[in-house]
Amino acid sequence: MRFVDEFRDAEKAQALSGQIAALCEPGRHYSFMEVCGGHTHTIYKHGLEDYLPESVSLVHGPGCPVCVIPMGRLDDAIYIAEQPDVIMTSFGDMMRVPGGKGSFFDSKAKGADIRMVYSPLDSLKIARDNPDKKVVFMAIGFETTAPSTAMTVLRAAADGLENFSIFCNHVTIIPAIKAILDSPDMRLDGFLGPGHVSTVIGCKPYEFIARDHNKPLVCAGFEPLDILASIYQLMIQLRDGRCEVENQYTRVVPWDGNLKALQVINEVMELRPYFEWRGLGFISHSALKVRPEYAKFDAEEIFKIPGIRVADPKACQCGEVLKGVIKPWECKVFGTACTPETPIGTCMVSPEGACAAYYNFGRFTRERVKEATRA
Amino acid sequence: MCLGIPGEVIELLDRQDLAKVNVSGVRRAINIGLLENENVQPGDWILIHVGFALSKIDEDEAAAALAFLEGVGQAYTDELDALAESNIE
Repeated sequence: MRFVDEFRDAEKAQALSGQIAALCEPGRHYSFMEVCGGHTHTIYKHGLEDYLPESVSLVHGPGCPVCVIPMGRLDDAIYIAEQPDVIMTSFGDMMRVPGGKGSFFDSKAKGADIRMVYSPLDSLKIARDNPDKKVVFMAIGFETTAPSTAMTVLRAAADGLENFSIFCNHVTIIPAIKAILDSPDMRLDGFLGPGHVSTVIGCKPYEFIARDHNKPLVCAGFEPLDILASIYQLMIQLRDGRCEVENQYTRVVPWDGNLKALQVINEVMELRPYFEWRGLGFISHSALKVRPEYAKFDAEEIFKIPGIRVADPKACQCGEVLKGVIKPWECKVFGTACTPETPIGTCMVSPEGACAAYYNFGRFTRERVKEATRA
Repeated sequence: MCLGIPGEVIELLDRQDLAKVNVSGVRRAINIGLLENENVQPGDWILIHVGFALSKIDEDEAAAALAFLEGVGQAYTDELDALAESNIE
């Protein structure tokens, strides 16, 4: 066995690995989805699949917010950025994501004023400093970043700012999990629940997964041992015939979430009837928009966005990767036409995308898999 | 953007929703408004997402989170660089 990267407590990891193996029923295969891109990153970085018995496999989920933005939405954002007197602001993660007609970086090179910010509050400062410009914040992310955007809108409202708005692309994790559970080509035995999203929403929203779909879910931390311990908890539940929501990441995740964060999201935003996800298609009630009461901070109201729809490139199989139907290296363009330097699909852009994580850290394992397949 | 970064609260600022926080040696203003019921004080560790503290954590968890982030490499460096440019008021 060869590990991509040694980590501290490797002995504890070996012990957990043995305990997980001991729980495997002969002839049974176990598939667990890790919903969060941060988990995907840890799994590849530390070669955790090498610690698991062959009958346990991990499937990568849709929990990378950069990866699930459809190309047309990015084209809409670039349309806004290229309007007169607009300063578009965005997290660095979004800058290289390709839309149908290039990325934010490409648009910036052609003269659009697009600036990277660390926080939506930095966008607010840019708006204050540039009263003659219209400053737009490209709001993306799951429930981890939505409260920050909402707090920023509340601050803009309290300060009476007239030249700040958000292009709201916030998505919610539960409908995506539900879409995957309803997908006919998916057979899963349980879930590793996301860490930071759960800090906001808590553990209760996952209860339908146990109750209605008979699958266990364990909210997991981001260290290698957290992930192995969470897989162990899932295996124990399956052995005992239980399906429950458990919280392995109690150090950070409160069972009830962050009530203040939920309250500010609800104050500023409401659910859209439906929203398109890259690879998953339209999912009802899966994204947030600005409430009419805050319309003057809603870029979709201020600018007549064209509502562009772009089909994903034919060669790109991000959709299948996001649903966990194929592994990154099974995509036809993985590592050849599509690399982190010249990404075709979103999964190769974000460092938390399954393809980028695999490309950066998964080489040893991939070669191992290839050799195994050849043999 | 998705990375939760631990920081130690240095001092509370005049605006009651802001605190000066030390994040890997970078001192910046961070919004603590989402923890308004948690009585954040200097010396507390918090987990920060895009300029906002989302949860209070203990020092052990902060150390564990930092170890994870250092393993992440470039994405963490990029996030710290972005934070260093940040100017929250």
